Amino acid sequence: MSAPEDILTVEGLDVQISGRHILDGVSFHIAPGQFTGLIGANGAGKTTLFRVILGLQPASAGSVLIGGGGSRGRGRELVGYVPQKFLLDPDLPLRARDLVALGLDANRLGVPRPSRSRRALVEQMLDAVGAGPFADTRVGRLSGGEQQRILIAHALIARPRLLLLDEPLANLDLASAHDVVALLASITREQNIAVLISTHEINPLLGVMDRVVYLAAGRAVSGSTSEVVRADVLSELYGHHVDVLDVHGRVLIVAGAGDESDLSGHHLALPASGILP
Amino acid sequence: MSHFLTPLFAPGFFASNAVALAAGVGAIVAIVTGVVGVFTVMRGQAFAGEAFGDIGTTGGSGAFLLGVGPLWGFVVGNLIAASAMEMIGIQRPRGRDLATGIVLGAAIGLAALFLYLDSTQRSTTGATVTILFGSVFAISSSTLPLIIALSLLALALVLLIYRPLLLSSVSAEVAAARGIPVRLIGACYLIALALATALAAITIGAILSTALLIGPAASALRLFKRPFHAMLAAGAIGVAAMWLGIVLAYDSFLWPPAGRGWPVSFFVVTLLFTIYLLSGLPGLARRRRSER
Repeated sequence: MSAPEDILTVEGLDVQISGRHILDGVSFHIAPGQFTGLIGANGAGKTTLFRVILGLQPASAGSVLIGGGGSRGRGRELVGYVPQKFLLDPDLPLRARDLVALGLDANRLGVPRPSRSRRALVEQMLDAVGAGPFADTRVGRLSGGEQQRILIAHALIARPRLLLLDEPLANLDLASAHDVVALLASITREQNIAVLISTHEINPLLGVMDRVVYLAAGRAVSGSTSEVVRADVLSELYGHHVDVLDVHGRVLIVAGAGDESDLSGHHLALPASGILP
Repeated sequence: MSHFLTPLFAPGFFASNAVALAAGVGAIVAIVTGVVGVFTVMRGQAFAGEAFGDIGTTGGSGAFLLGVGPLWGFVVGNLIAASAMEMIGIQRPRGRDLATGIVLGAAIGLAALFLYLDSTQRSTTGATVTILFGSVFAISSSTLPLIIALSLLALALVLLIYRPLLLSSVSAEVAAARGIPVRLIGACYLIALALATALAAITIGAILSTALLIGPAASALRLFKRPFHAMLAAGAIGVAAMWLGIVLAYDSFLWPPAGRGWPVSFFVVTLLFTIYLLSGLPGLARRRRSER
């Protein structure tokens, strides 16, 4: 049910890497300014899906449409990407503001000419992600949450319509994770930029998500949180019986009684009775 | 010359053409290796830099065998090696070092043959010492145009790909997602690195060339937190070490054993190492302060 104005449309996407099916008929769509959570355990295919959207991984079947065009050429300019946290050398001669500025024109040849408008734009972006206090620190010496903000600013300064974030909450403490989610939510609202954020932990996104794409073993279901995060829907996706438990507004997805199979990382041992509301 | 400085300089220092040429070549090459070296350190490609230095031994000894200038040998040898590394190009983590190591091993095998032939056919050991440890005083003025041309080429290449190279050096993943042809940029940089190492080899010797590539850049990275500043500082540190090394080498003709002079490359490398050690002091002092 994709609409022509959708910023991203993924249709029947199949990806095989050395004979293994990584993605199997994945379809979903994202409208401008929507906050979408891509939920799945490690190995569910989240990073592969991002790589296909970015045009770095060919698909064996299906299509990816960005803003009405393909992911090559103009379409890719509409997509910003924030990778999983990577290790930067603390001695890297690059201040946080330099990395943000690189987001403007890193794909151009030659040496950048400093200009007032360029500096103002970088300053504005640093403020938008709350990175002012550490703008002059070397990027390699920032904390995980601070680096995440700088990478978001680096992606946003190129004015994308869709921002992909690969596990931005992993390795962050709860407070920083909450701050990053709040920052992203305000970006989607204020700048009408769609956000697709992958995570293996659904709870930090529950209050802010417009839509969920739930990925398990290469297959996906998508829709609103109440449509997707349900026992019958997820049981069918996993191919096992799964219970969805609501614990004071937090969601626990657990293997159903009598089913001993491992649910790719979502297995959670709970006492047989007790904490349900 | 002021009375105070007179004892420092041996007679005739400023009148000597050889010294002027050495100082000029040393400065040009130090600027190139400084600029290129900053990226070598950022990209963690010190091993490739070292490999080109060692492979220079093959090119230099081969050139000597053919009777052409050693710089031609360094340049051609390094460019062939760079292409071979790209063609092997193992695309997985640390695969780059593997390709470098394979090419390096093969090249050094050839160097063993060339150096043997050099010393048997020409009945001289001078060639080996010059190629391995170099002497900025031994550069002939006829080589100067080639040195300048190669320097400009290497500098122009790095400045041309500056922005995509910088981002791919920070994160190849982010650069690729941005549509930057990461592998092509890496190959262009490898050519600049091959040229810079060849220039360093003619100046301070093939196996010492890494010192001029890595030393100034590694020191500059500790002192400056902006890429352009680090590049300028690396060039300046290299020039300072070259010039001071030339002064000391010239002066060493008066040191024991008198009348022989010590190798200029020894002074340059020792100075670079000292500067690297000193460049750690500001950071150390900062940490001390923040611990209190």
